[in-house]
Amino acid sequence: MEIYIFRVSSSKKNKRLIIFSNNQRPPLILPMASSHTHSPQDPKPLIVIHRIPSFSLTFAHRLIPSFSLFDPLAAAGDADPAAVLRSHAAEARAVLCVGPSPLGKETLDCLPSLEVVVTQCAGTDHIDLSECRRRGIAVANLGDAFSDDVADCAVGLLIDVLRKISASDRFVRAGSWPERGEFSLGVRVDSYADLQLEGKQVGIVGLGSIGSRIADRLIPFGCMISYTSRHKKPNVSYPYYRNIHDLAIKSDILILSCSLTDQTHHIVNKQVLAELGKDGVIINVGRGALINERELVKFLVEGEIGGAGLDVFEDEPNVPKELFGLDNVVLSPHQAVLTPESIKAAQDVVVANLEAFFSNKPLLTPIGWD
Amino acid sequence: MESIGVLMTNPMNSYLEQELSKRVNLFRFWKVPEPDRAQFWLRTPPPSAPSSEAPLRARTRPSSTPCRGSRSSPTSASASTRSTSEKGIRVTNTPDVLTDCVADLAIGLMIAVLRRIPECDRYVRAGLWKKGNFRLTTKFSGKRVGIIGLGRIGSAVAKRAEAFSCPIAYHSRTKKADSKYTYYPSVVELASNCDILVVACALTEETRYIVNRDVINALGPKGYLINIGRGSHVDEPELVSALVEGRLGGAGLDVFEKEPHVPEELFKLDNVVLVPHVASATEETRKDMADLVIKNLEAHFSGKHLLTPVV
Repeated sequence: MEIYIFRVSSSKKNKRLIIFSNNQRPPLILPMASSHTHSPQDPKPLIVIHRIPSFSLTFAHRLIPSFSLFDPLAAAGDADPAAVLRSHAAEARAVLCVGPSPLGKETLDCLPSLEVVVTQCAGTDHIDLSECRRRGIAVANLGDAFSDDVADCAVGLLIDVLRKISASDRFVRAGSWPERGEFSLGVRVDSYADLQLEGKQVGIVGLGSIGSRIADRLIPFGCMISYTSRHKKPNVSYPYYRNIHDLAIKSDILILSCSLTDQTHHIVNKQVLAELGKDGVIINVGRGALINERELVKFLVEGEIGGAGLDVFEDEPNVPKELFGLDNVVLSPHQAVLTPESIKAAQDVVVANLEAFFSNKPLLTPIGWD
Repeated sequence: MESIGVLMTNPMNSYLEQELSKRVNLFRFWKVPEPDRAQFWLRTPPPSAPSSEAPLRARTRPSSTPCRGSRSSPTSASASTRSTSEKGIRVTNTPDVLTDCVADLAIGLMIAVLRRIPECDRYVRAGLWKKGNFRLTTKFSGKRVGIIGLGRIGSAVAKRAEAFSCPIAYHSRTKKADSKYTYYPSVVELASNCDILVVACALTEETRYIVNRDVINALGPKGYLINIGRGSHVDEPELVSALVEGRLGGAGLDVFEKEPHVPEELFKLDNVVLVPHVASATEETRKDMADLVIKNLEAHFSGKHLLTPVV
């Protein structure tokens, strides 16, 4: 993992942002808007780097050749970043939102010329979308860049929970195999023995670019797919359910791959868990708050649900300790998107969106307002 | 069939044990005290109904040997088919019923190893997430999958991996005329041209140690080995040293040479996933396998054709 240290150096003429990396690369030196207004002599368009301290821009080197970057957090030092933003970047037309940094009304208020927010994160729940929409600010997400990896992770968690891969790996590493003999049996991915005519019923919540990739991957395993989403998808033959309750009743496995909105917050509640039932398995690669975590923990501890594979949690990086002793859960530290291939693909999309915007072309991956 | 003596060599599946004991006179070899085991084989069969204390060598000689040793082809590792054939002993196995289960686990191991899911799970349970984010993992979709043995299980693995946009290649004794996948006449060539090598062939004299040092080196530090065949398909000491020295990217292993003993050097490695021979270990599949064992026995003793004969 690369670590970046930001330092602002100011000479009389120029203020520079210097980025040191632990990767033994020479430090990057970024020219920064040095006066109250963006220098009209600098032909490069200005991009505001919006981030929280725990996240940093790891691919500045790809943007510097074409853009002038302004990082208010690095520039502010002890000063108020909002004031710095207001005074230094009032004319900025574009914001690059790093990681899951919350972007709300207060930041938008500092940027009266803003036209586009480009996010470097798979979800958009950290951005106040309705406020962006109201102000006519376009938002670009990452499109499909992360979708394959998230779908792979969902299938990996599903097989792991059913076939007890992590739990039996723990068993072998603890040296228990010679002592205790055969490990407890798992559950088939595709079908119940007494119900061989039909494969396992997998219900997907949110059949977008991730959900549809999960479905494609599970078909050759013999799983039967159905889904719920805001609207029935045209050209999709999987059975559609209007609401998550009907889907949960029908499903052996419920996979959450929708985005987190006011409508989907705690979409999996006590009732849904009860509908999924004692043998039901839940996989979450969306956002932690899609599930009422307290209820899920209770169901798991009491054996009222079969198992869970969770890549996301309500209060990351805090994971309910009650889960640590359970063999029927697989816990993953929000890493569904974290492969070098996906990160490179995501950077490509960010750069391409910014280049498109400043050459007056349509954004590659604008989010649709509906 | 109550008078027929059936020897069960080791505890397999409680359902099978229970169903057999309802139907036949079942001898549980593992319940014979250690000192008596050598004698066990030599005792003379009792004149009429054998009791569990007076086993078998048998009123009927072991005439049908149900075996889950052979997963993908009609040669069995656990029953020496050549000698059984010479003695006129029939051998059956349980093909097909476990194909899907084994293929599911193979894909599960691939994702588990590349995306480091068990390591992730350990990381979270150990409370390490609070101290920092997990490292990057390796993408699975699109990786080149090479399969040794394109039988039932190999084909089922291929079908699943294709849904992850993985290009498929294979090695087997002969090129399959009806296969669209790329064929390599040698395992080293296959290993040089894939990212993930899966062992899905039967264990025979020809395939023992089919994954040797040369193959492991051809697979290389960015390559992954998945073994859902038999432990003896792989030169285990070579595999362990390649993993320890970083000459191989990682491994997902369901089988080992000296089960239940697993080389302890592997316990410390994060790039391996170790599961205790569970490729067919699901409630449903073990029941299907047990039912097939019983049907084969019933067929044999009622003079009918065996359902799934090996010899």
